[in-house]
Amino acid sequence: MQVPAHVEYERAASVEHALALLARFGPEARILAGGHSLIPMMKLRLAQPEVLVDINGLAELGYLRLDGAELAIGALTRHAELLSSELAAAHFPILTDAEKVIADPVVRNWGTIGGSLCQADPSEDLSAAFAALKATMVIRSPDGTRTVPAREFHTGPYETVVAPGELLTEIRIAVRPGGGSSYVKVGRRVGDWPVGAAGAALWLDGGVIGAAGVGLTAVGARNFAAAEAEEFLSGARPGPDTFRRAGEIAAEHCRPVPDQRGPAAYKRHLACELTARALSRALDRAPQAADGAAPGRAG
Amino acid sequence: MTAGLNGAYGSLRRKEDARFLRGKGQFIDDIELPGMLHGAVLRSPLPHARIVYVDTTAAEAHPQVEAVLTGETLAARNLAWMPTLSQDVQAVLATDKVRFQGQEVAFVVARDRYSARDALELIVVDYEPLPPVVDASQAMAAGAPLIRDDLAGQDGNKIYDWEAGDQAATDAVFAAADVVAVQDMVYPRSHPAPLETCGTVADFDPISGRLTVWSTTQAPHAHRTLYALVAGLPEHKIRIISPDIGGGFGNKVPIYPGYLCAVVGSIVTGRPVKWVEDRSENLMSTAFARDYRMHGEIAATRDGKILGLRARVLADHGAFNATAQPTHFPAGFFHIFTGSYDLQAAHCQVTAVYTNKAPGGIAYACSFRITEAVYLIERMVDVLAAKLGRDPADLRMQNLLRPEQFPYTGPTGWEYDSGDYPRALRLALDMASYDELRREQARARERGEYLGIGLSFFTEGVGAGPKKHMDILGLGMADGADLRVHPTGKATLGISVQTQGQGHETTFAQIVAHELGLDPDDVDVVHGDTDRTPFGMGTYGSRSTPVSGAAAVVAARKVRERARIVAAAMLEAAPADLEWTGRAWQVRGDPAQARGIAEIAMAAHSALELPAGIEGHLDAAAVYDPPNLTYPFGAYICLVKVDPGTGEVQVLRFIAVDDCGVQINPMIVEGQIHGGLADGVGMALMQVLAYDEDGNCLGGSFMDYLLPTAVECPSWELGSTVTPSPHHPIGAKGVGEAATVGSPAAVVNAVIDAISPFGVRHADMPLTPANVWSAIQGQAAGPGQATR
Amino acid sequence: MQITVTVNGTAYTRDVEARLLLIHFIRDELRLTGSHWGCDTSNCGACVVWLDGRPVKSCTVLAAMADGHQVRTVEDLARGAGLDPVQEGFARCHGLQCGFCTPGMMMTARWLLDHVPDPDEATIREAISGQICRCTGYENIVRSVRWAAEHEAAARAAESGSQP
Repeated sequence: MQVPAHVEYERAASVEHALALLARFGPEARILAGGHSLIPMMKLRLAQPEVLVDINGLAELGYLRLDGAELAIGALTRHAELLSSELAAAHFPILTDAEKVIADPVVRNWGTIGGSLCQADPSEDLSAAFAALKATMVIRSPDGTRTVPAREFHTGPYETVVAPGELLTEIRIAVRPGGGSSYVKVGRRVGDWPVGAAGAALWLDGGVIGAAGVGLTAVGARNFAAAEAEEFLSGARPGPDTFRRAGEIAAEHCRPVPDQRGPAAYKRHLACELTARALSRALDRAPQAADGAAPGRAG
Repeated sequence: MTAGLNGAYGSLRRKEDARFLRGKGQFIDDIELPGMLHGAVLRSPLPHARIVYVDTTAAEAHPQVEAVLTGETLAARNLAWMPTLSQDVQAVLATDKVRFQGQEVAFVVARDRYSARDALELIVVDYEPLPPVVDASQAMAAGAPLIRDDLAGQDGNKIYDWEAGDQAATDAVFAAADVVAVQDMVYPRSHPAPLETCGTVADFDPISGRLTVWSTTQAPHAHRTLYALVAGLPEHKIRIISPDIGGGFGNKVPIYPGYLCAVVGSIVTGRPVKWVEDRSENLMSTAFARDYRMHGEIAATRDGKILGLRARVLADHGAFNATAQPTHFPAGFFHIFTGSYDLQAAHCQVTAVYTNKAPGGIAYACSFRITEAVYLIERMVDVLAAKLGRDPADLRMQNLLRPEQFPYTGPTGWEYDSGDYPRALRLALDMASYDELRREQARARERGEYLGIGLSFFTEGVGAGPKKHMDILGLGMADGADLRVHPTGKATLGISVQTQGQGHETTFAQIVAHELGLDPDDVDVVHGDTDRTPFGMGTYGSRSTPVSGAAAVVAARKVRERARIVAAAMLEAAPADLEWTGRAWQVRGDPAQARGIAEIAMAAHSALELPAGIEGHLDAAAVYDPPNLTYPFGAYICLVKVDPGTGEVQVLRFIAVDDCGVQINPMIVEGQIHGGLADGVGMALMQVLAYDEDGNCLGGSFMDYLLPTAVECPSWELGSTVTPSPHHPIGAKGVGEAATVGSPAAVVNAVIDAISPFGVRHADMPLTPANVWSAIQGQAAGPGQATR
Repeated sequence: MQITVTVNGTAYTRDVEARLLLIHFIRDELRLTGSHWGCDTSNCGACVVWLDGRPVKSCTVLAAMADGHQVRTVEDLARGAGLDPVQEGFARCHGLQCGFCTPGMMMTARWLLDHVPDPDEATIREAISGQICRCTGYENIVRSVRWAAEHEAAARAAESGSQP
């Protein structure tokens, strides 16, 4: 088995301590949470940090709770915890759907939400799910706290706006009634990175779509989102034709890269097909519109 | 442990489980010796390049490094090249060129494994890149880069041409046939990927001159003889020990460069050296499997009677011809490709070629290329069925060999020993409720859902093999057994084959116990240590039960016959008056005058006066030269569901009826089948060791070389028939590879069946979602390539 | 750096490099070689042990991260001469062939049964979906876990004197 290069290790006793360690050791220090994104990279020697700051002891960063009108998820929440969270499933089943297909049950025991988001793999499932939900990322630094929309969190493959001395602490999602959400993924096998995946969230207003969020991963969608498709959906009547058209628009605006998982044409097709399916399932989970009009049921 | 109803045969619990369940197995990486050092291999990042220089100065200066070997240091000992099992040579550490990505260039020996890994980065190699060729057709084209410029007289990349069958008779049959169906197909490169990688601990004692090598080897004696020949060490001073092996599947048959480097490392440092490869090394440099590009043609009457079969194969062997198969069969047993059907004529032609990829080809439970042969014929039968508009089960039943035709000599010379094929197919069809499945398929199509039903009927020839036809590097493929019955009636059996999970410690004990009326608990099976076991060629090609099992039977029967004479002396009777009851020698008609083996053993060692010529022991040895292969067979049916919107395939059911002759331990037989069926799902749907056009290996980790998990596998539904082998002493046939051989075609046939309404007639493995969807759109990805 | 890891109830203090992987700490430092490794990319699961009561892939955890924490390995399953019902199930149902994936499979199975005493087949398959077996085709592993579940249910019923 491959093994990492030499590295130093520090264990943080609090968030402040973690930030102080990051400040002390500079850009060659990396936060170590579950390690299931970072340690594999270190074993292959694709990542060679000088210092690891272990934050696994920071219980204050592992939580899932309603905070006012928002669902707040601590960055150190393990994937398994998000998967089994009834609170998350009740408000945002898109997250439960996504966690079911992220990695495998054992990896989910230890890998964290924050770790996956900060790894910023272009095929990361949660990036698409949080983009669909238009979540907000909360980032701490010695100077205080700042928030960044999920759709502005990534600046490129494996790059985020989290600066060397900063720590992602929380993800927040506004809770609104009347919504439904879902996540649909195609992989070559269970546990594989997606060939393509789509997450959708929509809220009904009268007989039409009041608001929609569509997230895509692994297909080169800008900011993991299908903004043009969302624009089309806003105010449209929900139903199979609408969702198919939304999928087409989403597909037009992504730039999939051909690789072992599939050719570009196939990935583009998945962007369309899975967007439509995710919207359809989201609709199935949405309560009926307030005026009693039953939303069209998709197949 | 309870004995079964059929003597000592039956589903006994395994003796070897006691240590594995407690985590007390001894695998190669568990071995620790005093003063042991750790080796690591530096590998070429380039697929084809000249080596300008190798500078190991910095690595040698690393405080934990004890030695660094290069091609140059090995060349000084005449060890830079080693012979392969196919009359070629393979570089141990590269000297002139590197010829595949991952090829061994240098070997570091350090005090701990982490330092060894660090030291690799301190070695500087200057490469002069050369154009790589990774596509077998391109390697055959005029003007292709010459890979094996080290071989005198090699002016291209072709290794050999080989053929079997009667070309003229086959041409005549095709010319006269009503219907000819043609199909190109690829059996992509895959890899056995046992869960435990390959490794060695080499310990050379300079005072005694003895070399002890613990190694993940499926053939310890063959390795010992090879080390003697290659390293020039006297054979009686070499001891090879196979410890517990975490899966072999043919991957652990060859001697790998890392092993030889560990041996030299031990000689140079005077200390034991352990080298265990990591997974990327295993996938990128050890014996791969398959990589056959095949063209098939099948000729039939319009009523569906199959008349003839033709095949042309382009075989990609990688940079060195290191395939492991009997010497006179360079394409293995591919020419059994006529399968289970009654044909008039057949002809096949195989061209083998070098490419800038790792060496290998015969591995992964292939039964010496029978995986490729069965895939070809079973796809061709479905292609023919589609062309004729015939149900594929019906077409098979029409053409299967009939029981009265056995022993059957096929058009390419194989003499099938026994079989009742229609019975096995009928059983599988009944278990599957086949007609109901077809009705369900029709109903599903009306709902816009796509179910597929695929069949595979296969015959293998396993248990290589008769010495007059089959040898490896001149060593005949016979195997030995060494049986000693101790004075208190317990027995020790030494065997030359090597289990890697097949349960030999249990099944071979059952064989001896059955012959001698003992409890299997009273028979200890010793294997894997060349100091303690008789010579033999090892385990692969499902040969353990057919060859070594037979040797154990023969040795046990020798013991039993010797025991008869001793019992006669004990009972003061004539040996001819005694009969064997299954548990004792008894005076015919007088149960009170009976003696079991335990009593006889003690008597043999006592002062009892024995007839002239009989020595006082109950020991025997046997070397078994099989008169023929054995021919297990099976009928498989696979049910899949395809989502045409995404191309995803779900395997819903898999029915497998197998016939491996007499079964020693049905529980173990079933386990072997289960494992091979998973291989079928994996190879059909996800496994491929792909390369890009620059020669980069794309399957160097389990992130991309995907293996099936419990979720992709259905609950296997097994049935069996028993058609004993007429020539095997207990009527048993081999079984270890049957399911790996038979299952891929069933899965592929099922997927094609599911998407045939879209006009798809064929698509190549692996049928990933992308490949299935592309096939539905009419856009094939291209033979054997990773999808672009 | 010095770390103290409690493994199978015993605290071990060792001087290790920060980069030492937990699987190597268990195998090479403590000579508990029942846990294995089989890949480079956290896919195969041969290395599964418990960390603070949860199955983890110990090839993807640093030993330093386990400093002050609890680890449980396959060597802790059997109590004296007796086998854990999971081990007994694997023996009776032929849930192992080469034995290399078996420790990891059993550790996950043990955790599953501790939390889901009556898992159906799909649940069992999902629970081991992050672990590869090359020999068994998974069928008998599933049967082994079911045997252990049923055996433990019967034992609980017998203990409480009620019908299962």
